[in-house]
Amino acid sequence: MSIFIDENICNGCKGLPEARCERICPGNLCYRKENMKATIRDQSACWTCACCVKECPVQAIELRLPFQACSNGASLKARLKRDKTIWTVWDAGGHQEEFIIQAKYMKGNW
Amino acid sequence: MGTIHIDTDILIIGGGAAGCFAAVEIYKKSPNCRVVIMEKAHIERSGCLAMGLNAINAYLHSGQTPESYVSYVEQEFEGVIRKDLVYTIAQGLNEAVKDVEEMGLPIEKNEDGTYKKRGKRSIRIFGERLKPILAEAVTKTNARVLNRVVATDFIYNGEHICGVFGYGIKDSKFYVVRAKAVIVATGGASGLYRPNNTGESRHLTWYCPWNAGTGYAMGIRAGAEMTGFESRFIALRVKDVHAPTGTIAVGVHSKQINARGEDYLELYYKHLGGNKCFTQHRLLATVEETKAGRGPCYLDTTTLNDADERRLKEDFLNMNPQIILLWASEGMNPRKKPVEIQGTEPFVVGGHCQAGYWIDKERRTTLKGLYAAGEVAGGAPKKYVSGTWVEARIAATTALEDIKGVFLEDIDSGLIQNEKTRVSAPLTKKSGISPLEVRERLQKIMDEYAGGISMNYALHEERLLEARRLLKGLKGRLKDIAAINNYNLVEALECIDRVDVARILVEHLIYRKETRWACYQTRLDYPKKEDSRWLTFVNSVYNAKTDEIRMIERPLSNEYLY
Repeated sequence: MSIFIDENICNGCKGLPEARCERICPGNLCYRKENMKATIRDQSACWTCACCVKECPVQAIELRLPFQACSNGASLKARLKRDKTIWTVWDAGGHQEEFIIQAKYMKGNW
Repeated sequence: MGTIHIDTDILIIGGGAAGCFAAVEIYKKSPNCRVVIMEKAHIERSGCLAMGLNAINAYLHSGQTPESYVSYVEQEFEGVIRKDLVYTIAQGLNEAVKDVEEMGLPIEKNEDGTYKKRGKRSIRIFGERLKPILAEAVTKTNARVLNRVVATDFIYNGEHICGVFGYGIKDSKFYVVRAKAVIVATGGASGLYRPNNTGESRHLTWYCPWNAGTGYAMGIRAGAEMTGFESRFIALRVKDVHAPTGTIAVGVHSKQINARGEDYLELYYKHLGGNKCFTQHRLLATVEETKAGRGPCYLDTTTLNDADERRLKEDFLNMNPQIILLWASEGMNPRKKPVEIQGTEPFVVGGHCQAGYWIDKERRTTLKGLYAAGEVAGGAPKKYVSGTWVEARIAATTALEDIKGVFLEDIDSGLIQNEKTRVSAPLTKKSGISPLEVRERLQKIMDEYAGGISMNYALHEERLLEARRLLKGLKGRLKDIAAINNYNLVEALECIDRVDVARILVEHLIYRKETRWACYQTRLDYPKKEDSRWLTFVNSVYNAKTDEIRMIERPLSNEYLY
């Protein structure tokens, strides 16, 4: 598994023509099911780029590594702020680490 | 399948680093020029910049000159480069970086406001949002972006390129976009060779798995002259997650060590330059260590301090979040265990190596009306993202000049119908070969007969001739490819493109009968570099009517100096 979408948290981006993860996935892999929950059509086609993880406004999506690549379990979530990205990583034991990284220089002229 | 007709002045294929930059450049120079960008995914996060980027590796620090940059690239690429192209790139690097900083890209700086030196030609950026920043700049222009439309082929009347055919993944429409000039700015080709990771993690690759070489394939089918395909690129990366090793080696100065803990570059590969060796030799040494039984090889991160470790993790979150997961599963600490490294499968990319369209200094391809920039533009290796921006600027400037007095061409309806039939054919078949089957077949052939991972990247005539034969056979079977839905259809079209690219690649590998670039192009039957014979460009032109590939040699003449 490359991404895990928690259906209890996913609100399907109701009101939008398509879910945000669906809009952003560079592989065109995410889509909204009939129950308005987002899903991924093929886990094995996922690049684990985390674009959907970052884009989800309710943090319903976790990045994981496929079991073949890593069997120990760990997950990663992200929140986008206007000029920074906040990452939370959980290790196999459930310990948590947070990173706040500048992502955009707001005085841009363009 | 409905058809959408669009007319524009300049059409850009691929909304990546080059495509976005070209659109902005056109707008700055000529705000009334009509521009369309055809983009396979969504411009905000498409292609190889989707994950972000933590460094710009082509930048001229104080004291460096375009001349010194050309000389560095010439050395690393064993003399075979288009100096005129590399020089024009080097001239524009710093200005392009400044422009993107203005768009909003954070760059690490010294107190005096200059960019902090990360490596000799490199600066550290906080580029997690580099792609959205570029896309946002495009929204401030008049460019019309066609998201989720895949380019399928050029509209070519035999004299010049009149536009592009496309297929809408979401709307299932067929697109006919007419243009006075077309800039091809797509990515390179991944998925040609069997990757390290398979099964559920088959797309856990270094290079973007949706960069299928379509920009190359369309040019090949139209008969554009291509160069340097035999200059494959193989990246040395963190095992399994393919995180860039440069972030560790350059960013925090970790050494490459073998399983015995030896600084193997210095100990066994001093003749290649030791720790100062070329990029390709870092890979070669790692492959050789494994063959000698001294693998696996690592980057020694165990000597890092707290601050370095934090910095390293931040850099990776900006570019390759997977390695953070790998470390998290090991207890969050890269200092506990050195990071294992290995080579990826080979790729065809013009940004690191030099596969691509044969172009003139102004970025015109050999097909009239078609310009190339970035990954698909050949002859100028090590351009990386900043060089891609410069190339986009040059191509945009040339296209703007060239379209003066040019009119849109009427498109023959037969041409439209033929392409529509070709594109939709996989959807009309109830049964047939699946894209998955084609992909696996292609990757097996390339891996085993054209120097993939299982062959330690090595090549020789007999195997390459077998690859040629098998690929011709595979090409013949593609008419039976079947797709069950739109998504699957795009996969099928990608397979067709990849086979066309792979066939050209194999011809180039057969043709160059020497060993010019270690691992990228190692011939077991011609193990020496022969400057007296092979200081030359190997080019090719495909004839779609006869299915013949004509090889052309272009000498390193004065024409290509600066």
